[in-house]
Amino acid sequence: MARSDVDLMLDVKAGDEASFDLLLHKYRSPLVNFLGRMVHDRATAEDLAQEVFLRVYRARKQYTPSAKFTTWLFRIATNLALNSLRDTRHQRMEVSIDAPPNDEEDAPPRELPAREMRIDEHMIERDRVEFIQRAVASLPEKQRAAVLLHKYEEMDYADIAKVLECSESALKSLLFRAYESLRVQLAPLVITQPVANSASAPAGKGRPS
Amino acid sequence: MKCEEISNELIAFLDNRVSAGARRGIEEHLTGCAACRTRAEEFRKLSSLLDEVPAIEPSFGFNARLRQRIAAEPARPRFFSFIPQPRLALSMALMAAMTVFIVELPKGNPVAQPATAAVQQEDFNAIKNLGVLENYDVVTKLGALSELVPDQSPVQGSDSQRQGQPASNDDGGA
Repeated sequence: MARSDVDLMLDVKAGDEASFDLLLHKYRSPLVNFLGRMVHDRATAEDLAQEVFLRVYRARKQYTPSAKFTTWLFRIATNLALNSLRDTRHQRMEVSIDAPPNDEEDAPPRELPAREMRIDEHMIERDRVEFIQRAVASLPEKQRAAVLLHKYEEMDYADIAKVLECSESALKSLLFRAYESLRVQLAPLVITQPVANSASAPAGKGRPS
Repeated sequence: MKCEEISNELIAFLDNRVSAGARRGIEEHLTGCAACRTRAEEFRKLSSLLDEVPAIEPSFGFNARLRQRIAAEPARPRFFSFIPQPRLALSMALMAAMTVFIVELPKGNPVAQPATAAVQQEDFNAIKNLGVLENYDVVTKLGALSELVPDQSPVQGSDSQRQGQPASNDDGGA
């Protein structure tokens, strides 16, 4: 039976380096992904992810399993990302004024698609993904963190609320506003025809007011 | 239920994370409200759209770099490692304070000046009477003691006063 994260961390506390490696192996990709989508820069995301693990390692002797390991981990990551964004806000404003709109330098690298595509398909695909990424990146920082933890980390509301240090009802409101903002920004990709009958959304007409 | 009431529960509804009672209420509202129904459907599409954003894989040297950073960490926990520094600073501050105290004390202490003058006056009197005290006759002829300069009060201060005192004694002795 696989050991839980808390058990692994308690082993790390007792001096077991192999357990730290297991936690590193398990969470390095989710952390780099989360941080990459938060700060929109791969190099910064990797630095911040390393800083998260470094802080976990430093705190190993004082570790007490008072909360879920993931909650603790992502709270450290979120705080680091928010601090990094705050520290580089001025710099990013300068870049956004000077940089061409399609500048890809800060964009995270993409995986190659599974099948070969024609060049025009690549361009459409690239523009589409970039459009989505820019919409997510334009969300206010806390809304962005909430969406990323909800959508990609699939954390439950109670855990996201703990990470973001807010109440569950405040989190639900935050998520609604974030998804509503994305829905408006990504309207060209989201809106099709008026919805037909479905299991939970019966047929009808109209747009949200 | 009104549109405003279900808006905060709509995401949880789409995640299947609402109670059975709340689910029934939201479904009833969606049946009658085209706007909320459309919003719910677009939220679903939005979720699929976000799946299109590719994941970022950590770079090849991620673990090695982290291990390097961990190896570069100080052996002791940080909290304790800086404690010797305040001790050192305190020791240096104390040493500096003592040095200043030692250097400045003779100049700065106004009480020390008269005390030193009094001691000097005593020494002066002892030297002045030395000839009388060395006189062997004083042992046999106590009259020689009349040559002694009367003792002066040690707290009498200035040089001019000290110079004046023997003269007055001389006058008195004459």
